[in-house]
Amino acid sequence: MSKPVVATTSLAGCFGCHMSLLDIDERILDLIELVEFNKSPIDDIKVFTKQCDIGLIEGGCCNSENVEVLRAFRKQCKILVSLGECAIMGGLPALRNGIPIKECIDEAYLNGPTVSENTEKILPNDDELPMLLDKVYPCHEVVKIDYYLPGCPPRADLIWNALIALVTGDEMELPYEVVKFD
Amino acid sequence: MSEKIKFTIDGKECYAEPGQTILEAALDNGVYIPSLCYLKDVIPAGSCRICNVKVAGRFMTACTTPVAMGMEVENDIPELNELRVSIIEMLFVSGNHFCPACEKSGNCELQALAYKYTMMVPRYPYLFPEKKPDSGNKKLFIDRNRCILCKRCIRAVKDEQGRSLFAFKNRGNELAISLDHELAENISDELAEEAMEICPVGSILKKEKGFQQPIGHRKFDKQAIGSDIKSVIK
Amino acid sequence: MRNTVQKIVQKAGNDRGRLMDILLEIQAELGYVSGEVTDQLAEELGISRVDVEQTLSFYHFFRQEPRGEYTVYLNNSLVANMMGRVEVAAAFEKEAGCKFGSVTEDGRIGLFETADIGMNDQEPAALINGKVFTNLTPLVVRELVSGMRNGKKVEDMIRNYGDGKNGSDLVRAMVHNNIKQKGSVLFSAYSPGEGLTKALQMSPEKVISEVKDSYLRGRGGAGFPTGLKWEFCRRANKEVSYVFCNADEGEPGTFKERVLLTEYPHLIFEGMAISGYAIGAKHGVLYLRNEYDYLKAYLESVLEEMHEKKLLGDRILDTEEFGFDIRIQMGAGAYVCGEESALLESSEGKRGEPRNRPPFPVEKGYMDHPTIINNAETLCNVVKILKNGSEWYTMLGSQESAGTKLISVSGDCKYPGVYEVEWGIRVKDILDLAGASNIQAVQVGGPSAECIGPADFNRTISFEDLPTGGSFIIIGNKRDLIGDVVTNFLDFFIEESCGSCTVCRTMPTILKNKIAKILTGHGVQQDLEDLQDWGSKMKMANRCGLGQTAANPVLSTLKNFREKYEGLIRKDVDFDSGFDLASAVVDSCEHVGRTPNL
Repeated sequence: MSKPVVATTSLAGCFGCHMSLLDIDERILDLIELVEFNKSPIDDIKVFTKQCDIGLIEGGCCNSENVEVLRAFRKQCKILVSLGECAIMGGLPALRNGIPIKECIDEAYLNGPTVSENTEKILPNDDELPMLLDKVYPCHEVVKIDYYLPGCPPRADLIWNALIALVTGDEMELPYEVVKFD
Repeated sequence: MSEKIKFTIDGKECYAEPGQTILEAALDNGVYIPSLCYLKDVIPAGSCRICNVKVAGRFMTACTTPVAMGMEVENDIPELNELRVSIIEMLFVSGNHFCPACEKSGNCELQALAYKYTMMVPRYPYLFPEKKPDSGNKKLFIDRNRCILCKRCIRAVKDEQGRSLFAFKNRGNELAISLDHELAENISDELAEEAMEICPVGSILKKEKGFQQPIGHRKFDKQAIGSDIKSVIK
Repeated sequence: MRNTVQKIVQKAGNDRGRLMDILLEIQAELGYVSGEVTDQLAEELGISRVDVEQTLSFYHFFRQEPRGEYTVYLNNSLVANMMGRVEVAAAFEKEAGCKFGSVTEDGRIGLFETADIGMNDQEPAALINGKVFTNLTPLVVRELVSGMRNGKKVEDMIRNYGDGKNGSDLVRAMVHNNIKQKGSVLFSAYSPGEGLTKALQMSPEKVISEVKDSYLRGRGGAGFPTGLKWEFCRRANKEVSYVFCNADEGEPGTFKERVLLTEYPHLIFEGMAISGYAIGAKHGVLYLRNEYDYLKAYLESVLEEMHEKKLLGDRILDTEEFGFDIRIQMGAGAYVCGEESALLESSEGKRGEPRNRPPFPVEKGYMDHPTIINNAETLCNVVKILKNGSEWYTMLGSQESAGTKLISVSGDCKYPGVYEVEWGIRVKDILDLAGASNIQAVQVGGPSAECIGPADFNRTISFEDLPTGGSFIIIGNKRDLIGDVVTNFLDFFIEESCGSCTVCRTMPTILKNKIAKILTGHGVQQDLEDLQDWGSKMKMANRCGLGQTAANPVLSTLKNFREKYEGLIRKDVDFDSGFDLASAVVDSCEHVGRTPNL
């Protein structure tokens, strides 16, 4: 039987969740035995080369590119897992959700204390750039998400337990210490 | 001593002082009934609704209902626990609870209840309400994003003349806590500290204080909320 | 200004319990309650500023900023919408030159919305500086606004007065009573004092047992047996106790108390006096919703008249032992204050938050004294029961519902108005009386009760079948039941929740968003399950009747009109997040100056 295929990505996230995945230490060797990675920063495969079984999503959606990637993951993966606070509730990027996007853009490019050389008051509008969303969306408000692993980042044990459960089909172990929101 | 009132919680025989509420009596008998707005020795609000229990098929808040002789209280049952989780989830989606950035994380009772019930994600869509924080006081910072409107501060934080430092403003989903800036102008360090302690979440913060305990050493990092109550009795 | 405030506070005996009256009076004098005035009030009453503010910000007729020399509150209830409110609102905005929720630049005209003002039988209607304007049309609005521009007095803008006492000197309102059917109890012949005379010939206990024997149940909606309530209160046996009359009818679609207050105030006050005698209370309070402020002067004159006739006062009907007086407590715009314990909180000058029970008001009510709170219609029944006997009363009505009921009929029908009917009447019969045809649904008992379809029109108006506080809204075939009716009711509950309980503060908004998702074509089967499941939590986890029933617009239409929801959802997929990329990028693209490339 072929190994289950895993893909991972970081949308509006900080890659901290990916770091936490690496934090499973030597178990990563077992993981490599258990699963095959496809599109993921772990193996640096940039585009999907096949249908995957499990997709791990870090980060929420703050721009059109995030949405596009997330939708591609939904299409390519049988199971999607929201990994971490940003994927689950928008996380720190979602702090901007109470503020109109126009103000956010102006603060970043015109009025912010670190803006010094934008005398022509240029706002980035190249067609190549992703378009900003009106607010930062949790992943499950864009596509269907099957499982959630909270934490900032999710504890390595939580990610490990989840992957094992998904691969083996056994019930997941959820000790009190591993489900945390920070 | 006056006659004790006999009643049961989930079949367990319990005894209450006359006039005692179900929640207080439960604590005295080593039974934990989850709650958020309840605060010892302060008039109960019955507003968070988490301590909902069932008596004779009817829902009632344990923090406001006095024990009656022979009462059969249902507490730790799937129907109520489901309701409690859903209330916790409502509190999460109706505020802006960014746990990773919160000074109270690890010591927060809302978060602790979510941990207790292993809430992985709120089932309700986020409302992302717009809430204005209030940093106008020298010693206190009020972050309304995190406020769960439990009224603890309103009921418990008073000046020497018994005047409230905190009060509600507006109503419905616009409801907010406001701090009386004049009264709080010369608030003592102790009272500021107390206000922060009383707040079950990270909404009332004493300025220049926070993140003092490292992760792993905070109140609810390893021990679920309420788990100490049983152990005390046994 | 400081002097004005000081005088008003002194007049109220520097009593924080009278904060409602103080704020209303300040507003009448100064137009609004400024920050400065709030500070002064805190000082004079010896409470914190935020304590003043919490009452001030709770009621929507209180103003913390100027709302115009002429303040228009246009009713935004369902029936107002049905009768053309949208066009009227547009006319107001166009003529006045400002949007709803704001004041014209010159500060002259303020346009605001308000929930049901009890004029469903003559919508669209608005309050302008407390005066009622009914049957508005864009043409009338044009005249009104031009009158405001020219500084015309509001009372001079009223062209014709309504029927009955509406035309009397102290009312002068264009409101119509619209009494469409008189029955044998409430709208029957009456001369003041008949019931009271009979009552005073009996012992208080006998009065209570007479009321108990009549099987009279509360007419506000909950239907608690009136005699039993009185008995509980009498049993509390305290020196001081109170009788409250709840005239805060706020349930959208009811206006029968408006009619009682206009045409039969003696009956209400006499009922209060009888109940005072029965429970041993000397004081009565009529809690009057702010929307009916136009009746206040008239009601006060009635009280005076009754004093003169010794139907009220120290020695009622010249007896030695019984004295009773009544004062009027004004509300300031909060539906939840129709809930009896919230009404008491409000009367004590606080936010109208329902209390936890126990203790019940009959043990610990107004200012902690035993208190009964009865609906105005209930009290009117009491007088007739005393006059004619409980046996006579129980002959009327149905098995479990004795007597008659006032039904406020509005919506899609020829004859909106108040009908006195015997309990047990079929919905169908009321529809016939009202001249209604091609009916899709009837909202019986207002948004907090049930929405039924034609299959249920043979059901009866009664406590055992379809209970109602009196609201009966007829919804014609052409109306959009979910888009117009359910959404309007949810908006109402969102606006009117006191916010104290988590679930009531939050859930109506969540439900409304879910309905919006379904209405925009993104609904799936799961959304209907969610509406049912989530909505049902309202019943379990809220303190008061408002919260417990606020999901009913959704739950009852899901039950009785499920096919309408099924017709709106997608059947091709089992998941649709409702996320729309195109609309999510509109703002940012516009701001940076690019065309969205999707």
